[in-house]
Amino acid sequence: MSNTKYIPTIGIECHVQLATKTKLFSEVDNDARGKEPNSCVSPVDYALPGMLPRLNGEAIRLAILAGRAMNCEINSHSRFDRKHYFYPDSPKGYQITQFYEPIIGEGYVELPSGTKIRIEHAHLEGDAGKLTHYDSYSLVDLNRVDTPLIEIVSMPDIHSAKDAHDYCKELWRLMTFAGVSYGDLYNGNMRFDVNISLAPEGAKKLGTRAEIKNLNSFRSVERAAEYEIIRQTKIYEKGEKVVQETRGWNDASGKTTTQRSKEEAKDYRYMPEPDLPPINLSDDFIETESAKLPPMPADYRKIFKGKIPEDILELLLDYPKLAEKLNDTDEKYAKNIANLFTSVLLAEEKSAEYLNDLPSTKDLNELAEMNENKELSSTATKEVFLRLFDPQMKHRGAKNIAKELGLIQENDLGALEKIVDAVLAKPETKKAQEDYRNGEQKVIGFLIGQVMKESKGKANPSAVQEIIKQKLA
Amino acid sequence: MKIASKSLTAEKLVRDALEKAKHYADYNIFTFLDEEGAIARAKEIDTKIKKGEKVGRLAGVPYALKDNFLSPRGETTASAHILQGFTSPITATAVTKLEAEGAIMIGRTNMDAFAHGSSTENSYFGPTLNSHDKERVSGGSSGGSAVSVALDIVEFATGTDTGGSIRQPASFNGIYGLKPTYGCISRYGVVAMASSTDCIGFFTKNPDDMDLLMSIASGQDPKDMTTLPDYYNEESEQKAHYRIGIIKDFDNESVNSEIRTALETKCDLLKSKGHEIVELKMPSLKYALAAYYIIVPAEIASNLSRYDGVRYGFRSKNSEDLDALYNNTRSEGFMPENKRRIMIGNFVLSSGFYDAYFLKAAKARSLIIKEYENAFKKCDFILTPVAPNPAFKLGEKINDPVAMYLEDVMSVPLNLAGVPGLTIPAGETKSGLPLGLQLIGPRRSDKALIKFSKELI
Repeated sequence: MSNTKYIPTIGIECHVQLATKTKLFSEVDNDARGKEPNSCVSPVDYALPGMLPRLNGEAIRLAILAGRAMNCEINSHSRFDRKHYFYPDSPKGYQITQFYEPIIGEGYVELPSGTKIRIEHAHLEGDAGKLTHYDSYSLVDLNRVDTPLIEIVSMPDIHSAKDAHDYCKELWRLMTFAGVSYGDLYNGNMRFDVNISLAPEGAKKLGTRAEIKNLNSFRSVERAAEYEIIRQTKIYEKGEKVVQETRGWNDASGKTTTQRSKEEAKDYRYMPEPDLPPINLSDDFIETESAKLPPMPADYRKIFKGKIPEDILELLLDYPKLAEKLNDTDEKYAKNIANLFTSVLLAEEKSAEYLNDLPSTKDLNELAEMNENKELSSTATKEVFLRLFDPQMKHRGAKNIAKELGLIQENDLGALEKIVDAVLAKPETKKAQEDYRNGEQKVIGFLIGQVMKESKGKANPSAVQEIIKQKLA
Repeated sequence: MKIASKSLTAEKLVRDALEKAKHYADYNIFTFLDEEGAIARAKEIDTKIKKGEKVGRLAGVPYALKDNFLSPRGETTASAHILQGFTSPITATAVTKLEAEGAIMIGRTNMDAFAHGSSTENSYFGPTLNSHDKERVSGGSSGGSAVSVALDIVEFATGTDTGGSIRQPASFNGIYGLKPTYGCISRYGVVAMASSTDCIGFFTKNPDDMDLLMSIASGQDPKDMTTLPDYYNEESEQKAHYRIGIIKDFDNESVNSEIRTALETKCDLLKSKGHEIVELKMPSLKYALAAYYIIVPAEIASNLSRYDGVRYGFRSKNSEDLDALYNNTRSEGFMPENKRRIMIGNFVLSSGFYDAYFLKAAKARSLIIKEYENAFKKCDFILTPVAPNPAFKLGEKINDPVAMYLEDVMSVPLNLAGVPGLTIPAGETKSGLPLGLQLIGPRRSDKALIKFSKELI
């Protein structure tokens, strides 16, 4: 038994909240962040008698973009169904979803490693409300009711916890690059259900699966999958059977635990939604909307291949705005600007704020140019770069800021030589000159420092070093 | 209908209506009378008339509102226990349109709870009595509305027709009742029974009033995505002679002989006016009742899921946990007929039964739609009985649900097909009970249907 190798097979369902202005079936604000509980709720959402859903066209357009981002077919005909269950998070007593005919058909997502994960389908549906449980009571907040969701269902193409992580992360990137979701994981904009089973290597049939529900970070997806692989392997090694069930993930303990077995599974009594006519999309409409899809991470990987180191590019690809901006700037400065983004901007405490107000393409090009012409030292470049986010200064432009701050380097060799001569003539540098000639090369740092001081920081240090070396040779 | 003017005040119309409503209190027609409100609104209209300001086409016309239309005036209960105490913040689109033209709601009318029934005996408030015989049912589910018009309390009343709930009580009380084409009038703000067959319509005393109401209430509503683009007010082509179909499949012993005679009499009348009678075979109609009592309970079970005692209406006291709250509220709040339909509906939707019941019924529905389309290639309108019998006695069928469902055999096919049907009075039985027939047209023929009904007078 212990020689058998067990191969995990993983399929993932991902719920993505769409960033529409209003809800899927009513006209109230869909963005309830920071708002009072039950303040973004219309009579349609809280299921007053006689209320009818009104389909939000923006959700259809975003679903088309989401589908195209995943290389999916868009179905010209789709429709809604009702999924019934009783719980206070569902005021209607059913969720409006697309069980039989979803809007998004087959497609695939390509991971950075090149592995392709096929998409089975994705469908539109309304989200449920939120319950907060206390000792003797629970509170219901219906703000989230009928926030538009797309549920993306993958094929069981994933075979490692790492790929499960990468798949979820790539989905997140696709959804944020396509602009269909805010992608705020902390606020539950994307949630993952991981189906995982093990089977002996070479087996034709998949093993019994467990479903780990409601994971809200890539890391928890990876850890839960790792945990399940070990748990299920141990069960098989003992000669026992895995039970088909729904399990929950506890991030603190790092364990999954039983929530509901198959026998307790609910019968949702699906039924066509009679209050909403079917969605029929013309080819023209699908094409026009699809054309609005901006470049996706895979496109940027092609564009920047060989121009930016892969690890830096992958970092940038977590931020659609940076990738987009980089693509706008001059190709020859790509590496330079990418470095500023990753090592300066993303290291800033206020980086989230900065991302919403990036410098102009012109300023970035100028800044990179000054750096590459050695007009600005790397330290000065960083300084000017950060000033480009300062509301008081940014409008003056990179060149003026550099000048005003006196950061332009002295590159005139004649002028530099004069300063070097003046420094070498100073008595306090005599000992260092002597030490250098005696082979103590590191004292040149002291001499360069003196020159920099004399030049008030404007001298180009590498040029200074060359001159000192010549003088003391 | 009588409309307010300088010589006939709205206040007089409304006060007369309220007085009659109280006079006929023993018929149990109204679940709520809005005396103060109605008189106040009448006075406003009279002031406008006095000042010579423009008033609507229904200025000061008193009407009765079926208890399943949402309006902040009085509780909207659908005559169900579970909605007791519910006052709506919303006004139904149909009500908004009528009131914009100056119509004045004097009260809400009794109905089978959630419109489940054919006799108004399933009401939480008890049955409404027949306008011609107090020992008999008013029909249903819009019994209160039908009797309010038949007893001449109001000029018109609203109704809903999911399987005959306007046409059958109109027939039992000798008045006109229209179930329009599905999607002609917005369902927004009307307590849903079965979304794919529910239609909003009216009870009137003559075809012209019906035409006026339809021209006001019909039209597309962005709040109801199943409404059709406005077609009612488009002029249609008039013909001198029409072909009228009669369905041979319905011509059998199960139909009361006096109703069959009434049908023959009307056919003779039409022939004498130069119209042609065409015999139709519509074999799929025999599946309509079975298909209806699968599809409709499924939608009912779904639409009634929202009544859980959490957000509005009745809530059972002393429930220890959430499941008990749901169970107690729904057990105590729904009438036996509501529960029967919820159980049937959930059964036919259950995993493993869906294909055998719901899907099969949906296929039968498609056949029925086709059969009507084919029938209307052979004729312009179809004339049939509304129900197999005139008004039956109170209590006669209430304990036999299947016998009660069979009352709907001739009315439900129209709801499955979405075609319009108009009940027209067709005399009385020897014992003095009203008889009615229904005139059926193709989808969107509502206006022509109403116009043609004058040929039958």
